[in-house]
Amino acid sequence: MHENPVAEPGNGECSMTAYLVSRLVQMIPTVLLVMLLIFVIFRLIPGDPVQFILGANPHPEAVVALRRQFGLDQPIPVQFIRWLGNVVRGDLGVSYINNQSVLSLILQKLPATLQLAFLAMLLGSAIGIALGLVSALKQDSWTDMLVRIIALFGFCTPRYWLAILLVILFSLTLKWLPSGGYVPLSESVRDNLRHVIVPMTTLALPIAAEQMRFLRSSMLDVIQQDYIRTARAKGLPERTVVMRHALKNALIPFLTIFGLQLGFSLGGSIVVELICAWPGIGWLTIQSIHRRDYAVVQGVVMVSAIGFLIINLLVDVCYTILDPRVRYD
Amino acid sequence: MSETTARTLQLAAERVQYPRPSSRWSPLFLLLRKKSALLGLILFLLVILSGVFAPLIAPYDPLKINVRDRLHQPSREHWIGTDELGRDVLSRIIYGARISVSVGVIAITIAIAVGVPLGVLAGFYGGMVDNLVMRSMDALAAFPAVLLALAIVSAMGPSIRNAMIAIGIVYLPAFSRLVRGNVLSVKEKEYVEASRTCGATDFHIMFKTILPNCISPVLVHASLGFANAIIIEAALSFLGLGAQPPSPSWGAMLDQGRVFMTHTVWYSISAGMAIFLSVLGLNLVGDGLRDVLDPRLRGR
Repeated sequence: MHENPVAEPGNGECSMTAYLVSRLVQMIPTVLLVMLLIFVIFRLIPGDPVQFILGANPHPEAVVALRRQFGLDQPIPVQFIRWLGNVVRGDLGVSYINNQSVLSLILQKLPATLQLAFLAMLLGSAIGIALGLVSALKQDSWTDMLVRIIALFGFCTPRYWLAILLVILFSLTLKWLPSGGYVPLSESVRDNLRHVIVPMTTLALPIAAEQMRFLRSSMLDVIQQDYIRTARAKGLPERTVVMRHALKNALIPFLTIFGLQLGFSLGGSIVVELICAWPGIGWLTIQSIHRRDYAVVQGVVMVSAIGFLIINLLVDVCYTILDPRVRYD
Repeated sequence: MSETTARTLQLAAERVQYPRPSSRWSPLFLLLRKKSALLGLILFLLVILSGVFAPLIAPYDPLKINVRDRLHQPSREHWIGTDELGRDVLSRIIYGARISVSVGVIAITIAIAVGVPLGVLAGFYGGMVDNLVMRSMDALAAFPAVLLALAIVSAMGPSIRNAMIAIGIVYLPAFSRLVRGNVLSVKEKEYVEASRTCGATDFHIMFKTILPNCISPVLVHASLGFANAIIIEAALSFLGLGAQPPSPSWGAMLDQGRVFMTHTVWYSISAGMAIFLSVLGLNLVGDGLRDVLDPRLRGR
């Protein structure tokens, strides 16, 4: 029998708070290392931001003034501490190109990326869970084999190629959907959805393939457990056994893959956003790299990494809520 | 013990037939018996061979520009057509295998060469060493793979060499975590204790006693990581940050094919197909290896 860590009445909330606080404290060194890593990576760039801003042959006085303004005349450790302090206050710097705040640029593009990631996760999970369930319940049948082949193909297809294939099929050949672009939801829901179908499907299919493989494996583990045999022996209908007993437990380890995929969808849809001209964070990143606007690239990388860590934390918290066997330590 | 009993035991011991390691059960033999793994191996060997023998197989020079023949549809002269500069797409795809395979090999070698020793050190010593290594790996793993590779390459400058280094760094945490986990369980085994009792040094125990017993999952992960390295390299080249023109990189070809998609779709489709088949082959081999090396996971 498994011990329930929240067995005592009134103890659960306290344990959860303590757990959250301890996890947040544990996250601090990782976040600091992430920041250090980002700082080091972007200090590897030959030259400094002043060169990018002032261009070739700048006036020496302007160079000195701007270097002082950005704190680039300080020793590297001091620069890191100052940068860290600014980041903590929400100041991610300004774009070298248009002098706009990096944070505001990211916040402008965030809704498009969030919409794409959310819809892709929704579609991918719906397909992945349904196929994973069917595949596990019909293990070693033709259906199982077919689903596994589809999942393998989905898993091995690079997203950028899939995006191009979907554009060729739906935009160039059938002419059903636009080949790219974005219409805000506030302007037209219908046009927004027409534009989101190709990038959403592109991101959703590999998500579905990975989830299907994971859920199938997880379900095969669960349906061999004693409590499933007991549920069947009690005469419960197969539907209840599968949906209420097996699937519910199989979905718990599935949370890990879900969290990882959500994190990657937020930061990893760069190429798909570029192909589909979807003006999200990925699109902003590529534009900034090509314009050598490293302040923006640095900001995007940092926000994505911190977002990824927060999603991982939330997944761990969900574990403790959904599975009482997971202790708060 | 009576003489008779001793004699009986001796005879019994002589009759015991210890199973000899048979080639029938070697991992390679078991791998080749799996149809899907065999298919994967064939696919991947085709990619490697086409890269190695590219000058013999490719019908044209992949860099030869012939503007009069630009963006041709597939024909008897050019089986997959030509690109925007009139170069033969099939020849460029055959030569492109060299770039993808070499990036995969070098990136994964970097990841293994650095990640595995770090994982061994962290698992073996524990405490501060473990904390330092693993927190650093956590920080690296906090980035989506493509984004981290993109950040490193954009900082170091776009080139195929920097792409290899970036992909190697991206895969460090996966190998070090994997090995650390295995070292934690293997270091408690009796034979490790025996090795220590015999006076073996820490280095000997870590790399001669423990590591060989942790290497199977590394092999599986290497094949799957190789597939992902090909995907990331193509993504970087697609974004103009990997192989630079006129190198026949599959990713760069895919990007150019996208630009000329309204003229010919074969360009994009064939470059993507080359990436897909390589990744499929490596994944099939990886799945097969995992089944062979860890039979508990068979069929999962």
